Amino acid sequence: MSIRRTKPEMPEQSPRERIKNFQEVPFGYGKEIAILEANRCLQCKNKPCMKGCPVEIDIPGFVACIAKGDFEKAAEVIRAKNNLPAITGRVCPYEKQCEGECTLKKLGEPLGIGRLERFIADFERVKGAKIPKKPDSTGKHIAVVGAGPAGLTCAGDLARMGHAVTVFEALHDPGGVLMYGIPEFRLPKEIVKSEVNYVKSLGVEIIYDIVVGKTITVPELMDKYDAVFIGTGAGLPKWLNVPGENLDGVYSANEFLTRVNMMKAYRFPEYDTPVKVGKTVVTFGAGNVAMDCARTALRLKAEKSYIFYRRTDAEMPAREEEVEHARQEGVIFKLLTAPIRFIGDEKGILKEVEYLKMELGEPDESGRRRPVPIPGSEEKLAIDTALVAIGQSPNPLIPQTMKELKIGKHGNIITDEEGRTSVPKIFAGGDIATGAATVILAMGAGKRAARAIDSFLKKKT
Amino acid sequence: MYPIVEKKVLSENVKLLKINAPMVAKKALPGQFIILRIDEKGERIPLTIADSDPKKGTVSIIFLEVGKTTRQLGQLNVGDSLENFAGPLGMPSEVKKYGTVVCVGGGVGIAPLFPIVKALKEAGNRVISILGAKTADLLLLEKEIHTFSDEFYIATDDGSKGHKGFVSDVLQQVIEKHKVDMVMSIGPIIMMKVVSNLTKKYNIKTLVSLNPIMVDGTGMCGGCRVSVDGKTKFACVDGPEFDGHKVDYDNLMLRNRRFVHAEGEACKLAGVS
Repeated sequence: MSIRRTKPEMPEQSPRERIKNFQEVPFGYGKEIAILEANRCLQCKNKPCMKGCPVEIDIPGFVACIAKGDFEKAAEVIRAKNNLPAITGRVCPYEKQCEGECTLKKLGEPLGIGRLERFIADFERVKGAKIPKKPDSTGKHIAVVGAGPAGLTCAGDLARMGHAVTVFEALHDPGGVLMYGIPEFRLPKEIVKSEVNYVKSLGVEIIYDIVVGKTITVPELMDKYDAVFIGTGAGLPKWLNVPGENLDGVYSANEFLTRVNMMKAYRFPEYDTPVKVGKTVVTFGAGNVAMDCARTALRLKAEKSYIFYRRTDAEMPAREEEVEHARQEGVIFKLLTAPIRFIGDEKGILKEVEYLKMELGEPDESGRRRPVPIPGSEEKLAIDTALVAIGQSPNPLIPQTMKELKIGKHGNIITDEEGRTSVPKIFAGGDIATGAATVILAMGAGKRAARAIDSFLKKKT
Repeated sequence: MYPIVEKKVLSENVKLLKINAPMVAKKALPGQFIILRIDEKGERIPLTIADSDPKKGTVSIIFLEVGKTTRQLGQLNVGDSLENFAGPLGMPSEVKKYGTVVCVGGGVGIAPLFPIVKALKEAGNRVISILGAKTADLLLLEKEIHTFSDEFYIATDDGSKGHKGFVSDVLQQVIEKHKVDMVMSIGPIIMMKVVSNLTKKYNIKTLVSLNPIMVDGTGMCGGCRVSVDGKTKFACVDGPEFDGHKVDYDNLMLRNRRFVHAEGEACKLAGVS
């Protein structure tokens, strides 16, 4: 029997249908397709895929279970390492991680590891997750700051080791970027809640409305708890720093997405929080967040949704799948284009953007070719809304109120590989340490920090 | 959940709620604010803290019923609870001994001015307070602020109490009579603008407390950005108090009107218009 060279397509809503709703785009694999795909796995002895997984999932192990039709066992194998598989099964950049290392790539497409993980997580959610037996209590209590991907992973792993864990969350919902940032059509919020419930079922307590640095300080947490993990993410939006950026109609990606996702402005006036979109929307940037913005704008009835990006296709940081979905839905990509100013009407409401065409010059320190403006190429476009999605910096709230903590030049908390900071009892991980990255890298950092905290506490006693 | 333990109707559209929120009460300092959400479908709105009692664990907020959320808030009673109440947020007022300070409050801005007046007085300043409102019956916390003030003035638009005219008229007279070291001003944006323009002429340090539209209140969304000295600042984490001489008030007024249309729609549908 020859090996199939491609992974089965995942059924999804047609672009024409889905831009009218906020429901999830792909439907996921069914049982038969999942088993078929799992059987494509070569079960390599050296497990190259695992090298690409920041949370260390035994990938060939769970795939082998699916191949045999033992989905419950597959779920157990995944859960042993990953507290949030329904989330990673949807938002991981697989092509750069597990699937990027897959041996099948030499023959054609890699194994659909992400889709298989999602299949198992969804199967388990319907059936009800099996809660692992709680180990004996160590008597230690750890404070985790921030209920995003890093914090939830760290908290879940610490609880599995027998520690008591309390998570302090500033907002009214758990999940961090999973809740306020990633849209419903890519990551349904019910799924986030269900994964958070799994973490809670491990014994983790989550307290909301606590802005650490304000409601309670890190030194106070240090007095009360045996260790502190900081996972407060990259909350601070970056700006284009061009004239007119404070006009009515210019949003940071964070504000726009938080209004729509966490505050559910897409269901206004049933929900109280409004959002204004208009007919023509331009999103600046070409990462996953930018794709989320451009696609959200279409669902809020924008007639034209543009992506302006100052480099080319090849440099776009978004996942392939996100760019493809955006293109299918009719998002218009204007590449090698950079804004120079926003122009408002007499009331201060945004009406135009002026921009320049760019060309690629010499590579910069990131190794990507630097975009250089073409003189005299100015043009204007009439727009109603501008969404600035060019990245986020680490949230400064804790560093501002905790002077002993060593901070890097980008405002990030400096840690070693295992999440140790300059202060012995304090650990950190995720975007607050690395600057804006991915959900899965934050989870990997949370996992390593949990191990470092555990060995720190064991050494202490 | 955060229960309402006391309610006072201060004037027709202005209400006081005392909320049980011990962790916020413990930390609250003059000048800081909270973000609340009434229920699961509610909006997050910022309100400056009017008073707090760390022993009893309560925080008082005073608000003008202007939009859907504040009107709904005004309909709540003792025994009802708020879904969320986070804080204290923002930087506290810089309370120290300046010498002679003038505290200028207008409308509902008088409420957050009260704890600052108290703190400035306790820090050993000579405090001159000027309160303004459209009419006498809309004046808030008159007695309370008077108690902590060395000199006390009122201005009303219709002359129903005190000086007939604006707080800035009274401020001008005070500046001409006294050596003023600092002016603290909280009220409608236009009032803070006028006050700042006046004190700039005399080169008197002036602080204003801004209340732009916010979502999270932790520095994440940037909805509350204001232009201060040509630089973009976030009122939620860098403020809410800024150097009154450097704020771009016109841009702030415009940004505060961003969702006026939607607000009207929400009020109409909720039957609170």
